[in-house]
Order: sequence, then structure tokens, then C-alpha cells
Amino acid sequence: MTSSTPAPPSSTAAVLPGAATLRPPRTQTKIVWAKFRRHKAAVVSAVVLLILMILCYGAPWIAPYEFDQIDLRNVRKPPSAIHLMGTDDLGRDELTRLLYGGRISLTVGISAALFATVIGAVLGAISGYYGGNVDNGLMRFTEIIIAIPTLPLLIIISSYTKASVAVIILVIGILSWMGTARIVRASVHSTKRQDFVLGARMIGCTDRMIITRHVLPNVMGPIIVGATLGVGAAIIVESSLSFLGLGISPPTPTWGNMLQDSQATMASRPWLTIFPGLAILITVLCVNFMGEGLHDSLDPTVRSN
Amino acid sequence: MGRYIVRRVIQMIPLFIGISIIIFIVIQAAPGGPEMTLLATGRFVSPEILDAYRTRLGLDQPIPIQYFRWLGAALSGDLGYSYKSAQPVFAVIMERLPATIELMLAAYLLAAVIALPLGIYSAIHKYSLLDYTGTGLSFLGIAMPVFWFGLMLQLIFSVQLGWLPSSGRETVGDTGFVDQVKHLIMPATVLSLLYIAGWSRYMRTSFLGVLNSDYVRTARSKGLPERRVMLVHGLKNAAIPVVTIIALDVAGLFSGAVITETIFAWPGIGRLFIQAMYDRDYPLLMGIIMMGSIMVVVFNLVADIANATLDPRVSYD
Repeated sequence: MTSSTPAPPSSTAAVLPGAATLRPPRTQTKIVWAKFRRHKAAVVSAVVLLILMILCYGAPWIAPYEFDQIDLRNVRKPPSAIHLMGTDDLGRDELTRLLYGGRISLTVGISAALFATVIGAVLGAISGYYGGNVDNGLMRFTEIIIAIPTLPLLIIISSYTKASVAVIILVIGILSWMGTARIVRASVHSTKRQDFVLGARMIGCTDRMIITRHVLPNVMGPIIVGATLGVGAAIIVESSLSFLGLGISPPTPTWGNMLQDSQATMASRPWLTIFPGLAILITVLCVNFMGEGLHDSLDPTVRSN
Repeated sequence: MGRYIVRRVIQMIPLFIGISIIIFIVIQAAPGGPEMTLLATGRFVSPEILDAYRTRLGLDQPIPIQYFRWLGAALSGDLGYSYKSAQPVFAVIMERLPATIELMLAAYLLAAVIALPLGIYSAIHKYSLLDYTGTGLSFLGIAMPVFWFGLMLQLIFSVQLGWLPSSGRETVGDTGFVDQVKHLIMPATVLSLLYIAGWSRYMRTSFLGVLNSDYVRTARSKGLPERRVMLVHGLKNAAIPVVTIIALDVAGLFSGAVITETIFAWPGIGRLFIQAMYDRDYPLLMGIIMMGSIMVVVFNLVADIANATLDPRVSYD
């Protein structure tokens, strides 16, 4: 938890012969990184994800066509040399739409997961730290929301909102924070009882200082893992909503609504269905592998060498 | 034990009330209402008729009053009447419920039959080929979008191979058992995928933990046959957290059913829900979601009771 200490001053080196060659201690970050590197699947996934993100967010510069460029001479073509993933009903290039769609799907996934994690962490921390009635009330509220089947509720809410990216992020985030809240609450609950927290309180730290500087850093592990896995879940939820016709509407492509468009012509033009789904699958798979790797890396009880 | 159950059931009541309030508010917040179905016919409908329609359905009352009217009726078993078909909501739901229950049950059983032995085998033969394959497939199953899996199955088995019908519950005129199974296989497989993936990993982890425990070592050192050690001493203890997870996963079945029924045109509650949503059929929507929530809460209770019963270390707090 400390930053690397600088080399000891020369006065110390004069007194203690070996002091000049002291190495800076291994910081928390280095330990986590070393453990992460041992998970080959996680590292490969992280690289794949990075490439995917570069490709998708760099779509305006990389994509061979415009995402709404209609070419009526080349409708419904299977994958070929000029259209690497084929074209859809309006002659739009699938690969281009896939890349642009990835921007939105990835953005929604990451943002919704971040949003849900922040809400969950804050509520969980408050609930775990203060306990008592605050805890009870918040937990009852969490239980109520958990009990309602998520997808039907999402369907209802998104059916009457204007389906913009921000709204979708908000809607998905509002129904995803509960898992993080529970984990954070349990973690805060147990951390609160440790001696160093008691010590901090004794020297007069305010509650806010204790939560932010002592409790939360110890809870970071499960939070980060939860956020990572939440990205995968959010991407799947967004694509499910788009598939059902609620969510971002065409012509703006997302991986979900590309699948919805392709459903009608699935028999004769399977490539329109295969590629977007494959994109979702690979992305979520990599995110999950990364989450696994992070889970083991951030767990201080797992040996690091 | 009985007191524990009673106490939990009493705790569920405010939970249900809270759920119903939230759902009611969310549903009512939708712009437009059931009078949209009148407008959708394309004919001109005067504002007076629309207002009269809303008044007749009690929709001009303030929302709290509407809620308490619904609550009062619901507590006495009357879930109201569907706006679209004027049938009692309860009857409408009951009509479509068997199809969904059939689907859910099939998916559940399929998942249990495949996932649990797979998990046990993976744990016993750790790092074998089957173990790696199983783990890999689990990751795949969790990452796969459910509806895409359904579409792919339809593509392969209905379109390309022609082995299985792509939608519906039964072919008109054919009520044979084989036909019903052919219709049921794909939807059930799609719905069960997520659970096969999750449960097999959970079972593997749990069984691994058990295999390293002291009592298994004792049983082995007593000279008991390996099969007995595994199945009797190992499995009985490893099954406890898995049973809990299985009961808790019922919650997701509802959401999964909505998508699966949409893809495969399965005539169940999920499709009824989507239809009711487009029609803004409030009583039907309330009925369906309340039923789903009740199922979730009840199975949470079942999970807790199962855990308390099977695990001798858990005391009834």
C-alpha cells in the first residue's frame, strides 16, 4: 500500500554499509501484476480485448466503408474479397457495421458496469460501515430489487424511454449494482472490526477518512473483479435488449440490433447472424477470463511466487 | 425449524408489498396506456372516448388510490381483468403457465443431469482432457448470449439439417410424444446452457474442496472402497452449496424464459409478457411480474431451508 521508497540519503549510506544498495520494496501493484502475468488465459484475453477496443474505437480510421453507406448494387452478398463479412439488405458492409457497433456495445458495457459498481460500492460501504437501521433499510431495498426478475423489468423500463446510449447505460446500471453492494457490505463489515481501523478512530480520524483511506482500499479487490465481470454481463444485457427491439435503434449499429435485423433472413444469409454474435461471445469470454485472472491476482491469500 | 420458517414467511410479506409498489410505479410510469390499443386500430377515436375508456378502467385516479385498489383485490385473490381480452388475469396466466413450466422443468432437469456428473468427474479427474474441455465449455456457456445460441441452434438443426422444428410447441394435428420432444429439445437446451455452465463449475469447486477435507481422508484410511468414499461421504457434503445455488438460480429462469420463448415462439408466460407490454395491459403485467417475483422469493426461502436442513453446521438463527 505504500509507494516505493526513495534510496536512503547518503548520510545513512555512510553509517550502514549496505544501505546504498537497498532495493525499493515490491509494491502492491507489482505483486498483483506479477500474479496476473502467470495466468496465460487472462493475459491473452487482455491483449485480445485491447486489440478489439483499438479496432472498434478506431473504426472511423480503419473501417473500409461508412456504416450507413448504402450500396444497392451489392445487397445481400456473402463474405468476399471486397466485403470481408458480406453485406446486409441495404448493401451496407457488415465488417464496418461490426466495428462501429462494437464502439457502442463496448461503451455501454464498460460505462454501465462502472456506473453499477460505483453505486454498489457506495451503498455497500455505507451499509457495511454504519450498520444498524441504515444497513437494514438498504438491505431490504436491495432484496426487493433483486427479487424482481431483471429482464422483464428492464424490458418495461426501456420500452418507454427514448433509446439513447446514455439512457441505456443508466437503465442497465440501475439494475446491476446489487451484487457489488452485497460483496462490499460484507467486506466493509469485516474490515471495520480490524485493529488498524480502531487505531485510526482512536487518533481522531473522521468516518469519511476511515472509509476512504483505510476501508475502501482493502475492499478494492472484489470491487475490481465485480466491475470486470459486470462489463461482460452488461454487454449481454444490452444486446438482449437490442435484440428484442428495445435499445439503440437502427441505423446506428450495435451488436445486438444487428442480430435483430438478421433474424428474418437467417436461413439464407447466415453470416449476418454469425459475426455479431461471435463478436459478443469473444468479447465477453475475454472479459470473463480477465476477471478470473484478476480475482486470483488481487486475492492477497494467493501466493505470489 | 418450524418457527424459523414461519418467521421467514412473515418477513416475506413486507417484501412482497415493496415489490408490488415498485412494479406498480414502474408500469404506470409508462407513457400512454391501454387506450393505445384503441388508437392503434387506425380509426379515428375522439378524445372523449379515450377519456371515458380511462375512467372506466379507473386510470384517472391518482396512482396511490389505484395501487390500493389493486392491492385490496389481489389480497383476496382477484388479480383483475386483462385490458385486452377482458378475461380474469389469473385465468389468462394459468392458461399459458403449463407451457412455461414444461420448458423450465425440462431445462432444469437437463442442466442437473448434465452439469452435476460433469462437475464431479471434473473434480475427481482434475486436469484431465474432459476437465479442461468442461471448464472451457463452461466459460463459453457463460459468455454466450442466450438468444444467439438459440439462433445458431435453429440455423443448424432446423434450417441446415432439418432435423428439428424451429418453433412452436407442437405440430398441428400431431400430438405424439415424439413430436412434443422434438419441439422441446432446442428451447430447453438454450435455456439450460447458462445453468449447465455455472453448476458444473460450482460442483467441481465444491467437490474439490471436499476431496481435500479431513473426513474424506479418514474414510479412505479406514479402507472404505473409493466409490463409497466419493459418493457417500464426498458427494453428500459437496452437494450442499450446489443445492443452494440451484434453488437460487430459479430467479434467472424467468428472464431466460422470456428470451427463449420469443425465439422459439413458445406459447408461454414469457411471450404473454411481451405481448402484454406492447398492449400496456397493466393488470396482466402486474400479475405476471408479481408471480415471477413470488417464485423468486419462495425459492430463495427454499434455498435457505434446504441449506439449513442439509448442513448440520447451520443453526436456525
